[in-house]
Amino acid sequence: MPLIENGRIGEDAWSFIPDGEPVPNDRPVIISFERWQAERDSFDGRNAKLGVRLKSGTLAGAIAADLDRFALVAVEFAKFRDGRGFSTARELRERYGYTGEIRAVGHVIPDQYLYLVRTGFSSVEAPEGTNPDSWANALTEVTIAFQPSLDDTAPLSLLRRKLKVG
Amino acid sequence: MNHIAPGARAGIYHYDEIDRQFVAERVEQFRKQVDRRLSGELTEEEFKPIRLMNGLYLQLHAYMLRIAVPYGVMSATQLRKLSAIGRRYDRGYGHFTTRQNLQYNWIKLEDTPAILHELAEVDMHALQTSGNCVRNVTTDPFVGAAKDEVVDGRVYAEILRQWTTMHPEFTYLPRKFKIAISGAESDRAAVRIHDVGLLARRNDKGEPGFSFYVGGGLGRSPFVGKLVREWVAQEDFVAYLEAILRVYNQYGRRDNIYKARIKILVHELGLEKFTQEVEEEFARLRGPKYRLDPEIVEGVRQHFAPPPFEELPDHSEALERAKAADPAFANWLAVNVAEHKAPGYAIATISLKPAGGIPGDATCDQMDLVADLAERYSFGELRVTHVQNLVLAHVKKDDLYDLWKRLDAAELGSANAGLIGDIIACPGLDYCALANARSIPLAQAISARFADPLRQRTIGELGIKISGCINACGHHHVGAIGILGVDKKGTEYYQITVGGDPTLTTAIGDILGPAVTETEAVDAIEAIVDVYLANRSDESERFIDTLKRVGHAPFKERIYAAD
Repeated sequence: MPLIENGRIGEDAWSFIPDGEPVPNDRPVIISFERWQAERDSFDGRNAKLGVRLKSGTLAGAIAADLDRFALVAVEFAKFRDGRGFSTARELRERYGYTGEIRAVGHVIPDQYLYLVRTGFSSVEAPEGTNPDSWANALTEVTIAFQPSLDDTAPLSLLRRKLKVG
Repeated sequence: MNHIAPGARAGIYHYDEIDRQFVAERVEQFRKQVDRRLSGELTEEEFKPIRLMNGLYLQLHAYMLRIAVPYGVMSATQLRKLSAIGRRYDRGYGHFTTRQNLQYNWIKLEDTPAILHELAEVDMHALQTSGNCVRNVTTDPFVGAAKDEVVDGRVYAEILRQWTTMHPEFTYLPRKFKIAISGAESDRAAVRIHDVGLLARRNDKGEPGFSFYVGGGLGRSPFVGKLVREWVAQEDFVAYLEAILRVYNQYGRRDNIYKARIKILVHELGLEKFTQEVEEEFARLRGPKYRLDPEIVEGVRQHFAPPPFEELPDHSEALERAKAADPAFANWLAVNVAEHKAPGYAIATISLKPAGGIPGDATCDQMDLVADLAERYSFGELRVTHVQNLVLAHVKKDDLYDLWKRLDAAELGSANAGLIGDIIACPGLDYCALANARSIPLAQAISARFADPLRQRTIGELGIKISGCINACGHHHVGAIGILGVDKKGTEYYQITVGGDPTLTTAIGDILGPAVTETEAVDAIEAIVDVYLANRSDESERFIDTLKRVGHAPFKERIYAAD
């Protein structure tokens, strides 16, 4: 599936390994949070990068203690209307200080892209056949924001500010 | 775009270039979203929340467009534009809502981009008037004028308007989210029936702060908001709300639309656990990033500087003479006019509830007239109230008689603010796709029955609130008399509740007995009033106080005696 990064379709170095299938040791893979919980010891000593995928109902606190083991956290949107993921990403960044990649997976629409970036997501897995222009446009069509967010650190003392475009 | 400047003295937030650019960008964004829907790139399911967050509902017969009136305050220029849009794109009228907004009920989808463009000319829009986001923040319609005001709620409502606009984290909440602020001793904003209700107050040092009530709401499971924190200092105002919304966004139910409001979360977690979650989040959020800088507050406050009041004696000879000469005016004065903090001024409520009329509706001619009167008598500014009336907040006492004569000539002079004729009614089955029964014809029939202004005044304070379905948009739960429309095998019936109260002593009304038909309902209301009048200890005992003292029995007996 196309990976959206910085408003463009990018290369995806990661692959998701479904539960039950063998996990390759030589390339970056994403496993489910459930698998991590059940088989965590089997990943001791692994050298290639590991990512974990959280279902929309699994909140940031559930993975907080293990964050140093993951170079990527994939946050699932079961439905685009289910906005828990926005808080999950923000908690991962602000509360637990996570600095790795946060990826939105599942049902996400371009109209949410700016919100995803502003709550700390780094990338989005878009559906096949998605219109790349809509993703690119989503970051530039509204250039003003009214609250602080993860992509800038200035305090609230400026309620309204122009976003850095692009 | 032609920008039409609002009157400089109106107590509204005055847009600058950044605000205008934002609205223009949003209008353009929505136009593209409509195109993407039409091309099939967005599914109907995906487009729906986008459409709703732009104020566009699909109702029973047509699209409805709801225009945001931030905290219910607008300029005469803006009202004139609303009137022009109603004339051009609707059927010559508009409907003022319980969220202090205005909605048009007969809009064509293809006209909406043009309407949004026209609104933007006067710094207005329809953003976040629907959808599962933070809605228009409401406040006291007497804000900035009331004699009992402690803190000016507009300042904080405006800060929230900005903070909640396109909030990246809280735009796909489990359900809609409504905030109300009151900064006066009397609560005229019904704060405890809101998702978050804020009471602004001052400490011993005179510093502003807020009591937070959370989890109030009506609908099918009515709850009164619970006190989560007694005092939140001004600098923590945004951080505390951010903490509440973050807890709600993470833990609020998403499996059942009827259990998705924050009131259910507070109820299911329990107040203690909910408060603990919020406090934990708050303790962590507190810090420079979320601190509300006093300079920001001051900057916003300057938008709401008092208008240039004249120095006047508090006593007006002209007013006294008019009062003595014209009993109808004297009655309106006693019922619809409230005390102002500036000597020689008064607050006038313009009733949108003429006998037999549709609550909250105003024709475009009436809107134009009110805009003219606002310019002439109230510094070019007016307010919409949550009980669906309008307010001119700064009228010289010397001018009240002239004002009333002009209002009365346009059927806007009803003397019934807070009385039995001042009915709240939802649009009901005449418009709404969710309704089980019609609300408007019943409201019309009741107000016609109690048309006599002196009879209304004799009865005194008694709010009737009518909802056409369990979603309770007409606030029936907090009506002194509440009426809920239900459907029984295809026939409209009405269930009557009594004892509701939307003020600080918030109470949810109790069901009086079996539902009645529309015709019976009007008689039943009259019977309730008669029982009250016969039982009250004296004229100062309000309906709800008599009800508390004598209980339901005498009322039930009278209404259901024949059964």
